[in-house]
Amino acid sequence: MTTPVRIAQLSCGSEYSGIQKEINDAAAAVNAEVFFPDLTLADIRRSYGEFGLDVRSGDLKLQIARAKALVEGRVDADAVFIATCFRCAEGAIVRNELRRYILHNSQLPVVSYSFTERTTSGTLLTRMEALTTIARRRALLAREVQEGTTLGVDSGSSTTKAVVMKDNEIIGTGWLPTIEVLKSADDAIDIALKEAGIERDAVEAVGTTGYGRFLVGSHIGADLVQEELTTNSKGAVYLADRQRGDSTVIDIGGMDNKAISVSDGIPGTFTMGGICAGASGRFLEMTAKRLGIAITELGPLAMKGLSENVPMNSYCIVFGTQSLVNALATGTSPEDVAAAACHSVAEQVFEQQLQEIDIREPVIMVGGTSLIEGLVYAMGQLLQTEVLVPPHSQYIGAVGSALLASGFIRGE
Amino acid sequence: MKIFLYPATSLILSDLVERWGHEPLSAALPIRERIQTAGFESPPLQITPDDPKRGLRYAAVEVPSGIRGRMALYGPLIEEAEAAVIITDADLAFGCMGCARTNELILYLIREREIPVLDLTYPKNEEEGVVFVGAIRKFLADLNGGGGE
Repeated sequence: MTTPVRIAQLSCGSEYSGIQKEINDAAAAVNAEVFFPDLTLADIRRSYGEFGLDVRSGDLKLQIARAKALVEGRVDADAVFIATCFRCAEGAIVRNELRRYILHNSQLPVVSYSFTERTTSGTLLTRMEALTTIARRRALLAREVQEGTTLGVDSGSSTTKAVVMKDNEIIGTGWLPTIEVLKSADDAIDIALKEAGIERDAVEAVGTTGYGRFLVGSHIGADLVQEELTTNSKGAVYLADRQRGDSTVIDIGGMDNKAISVSDGIPGTFTMGGICAGASGRFLEMTAKRLGIAITELGPLAMKGLSENVPMNSYCIVFGTQSLVNALATGTSPEDVAAAACHSVAEQVFEQQLQEIDIREPVIMVGGTSLIEGLVYAMGQLLQTEVLVPPHSQYIGAVGSALLASGFIRGE
Repeated sequence: MKIFLYPATSLILSDLVERWGHEPLSAALPIRERIQTAGFESPPLQITPDDPKRGLRYAAVEVPSGIRGRMALYGPLIEEAEAAVIITDADLAFGCMGCARTNELILYLIREREIPVLDLTYPKNEEEGVVFVGAIRKFLADLNGGGGE
């Protein structure tokens, strides 16, 4: 058993919300341990004063002092988990400022999270896993070239993707809706192998990612089972040819969204979530269905419309659909509705998630929704920058998996 | 009499109240009760996600869960209190309940009870400290009808 990754917890309210055990359990599930940096009272008074953010809550003062101790090297940690109560304004200010402070002044990977009493270890698992991956697998994440013949499988909530790579080239792809997790994975792999023109035996290493990564990984004997935050980051910068330097990766998924601030292919800060389905790819699927078109037609249709003509900005998929139906009932064109749906999703991701990370150019959009050009356009307008969509962007997780799995061929 | 303490985590205040013949209502009581209850495992304070739900008695659902969880501890104590000693601007070492918004709500709920309350500012030097302890002693004695310790 490898040494547990030590994650320093900087938080306010987690014990009183009754979720500290959930945080501990999520960390333990990925062979990590959460700890609270120990400080003296003198440390707290000095550090809090020096930081200069005049908060009233004692636990937030302690949180600030702990962050300073980490940055100044008085406490050792491999990663940092920052958490405060959902809907606490003072907590949100501290959470954001500490995330920025640690990111700019140390090499520690950071994830920030706002919790309620309903937060479970399952919700936190992928985030904790990503923290441990960054801390534990830096050498693997540094890989920039795919070698040998490898297979990557992304078992997502909506779709399953498989990619076969050989000598740094994608030679086969498979894509299917996720219905039965294992069967969808097997079928997607078969499609990819067939397109590549090789047998399963020729594959030298396999990687899995996505929601079904553990199940599929065990089923197909994967060498690498890795969460989608680090895998997608790697896939994105690889396909966009931005492996060195800074970038921001945005993946609007079927069930959750990821926004990742990346430096040299390794995530620095990231957020994962999506408060409600109104900010997800699922809403765009519903919009396409209501407009009677295929999801692939939504993007081009949106490019012909004007989002300003339809009021639509609901976090909730039910209310969002209501706005859509109301607009159509008053004679609004399908083009304008499509544009409004794309703008609504982009705006909510911008407001809810992109404020939690440092936006570093270039911005790379990946995942199936990056093929909806109306969504990419809306995001570019909001961020006031050109958004890159690399080739094979819908296969990003599978490509990242195949790339990283090649590190296992020679047992790296 | 049952005296609610603010800050409720102050051991010094708790000791003073007990020494002068009253029952301190402090954080130690509900936390001890939770820690000694067998059958569930939610370290470090044995507060479970049910506590923020119990806190809905004192704060609405849109109030952060950490406040409602704290109120699940302190709310019943405030209801039980017959008097209160409130120390404002206390040093961290004297006692700290962690959350400024919870503090605001607690102070409001104590005032609403219309029970005898002693308001004191935390002393900044030894001289003020002597006056501070004297004031607490007098308040507690007066609650006993002017009786002694």
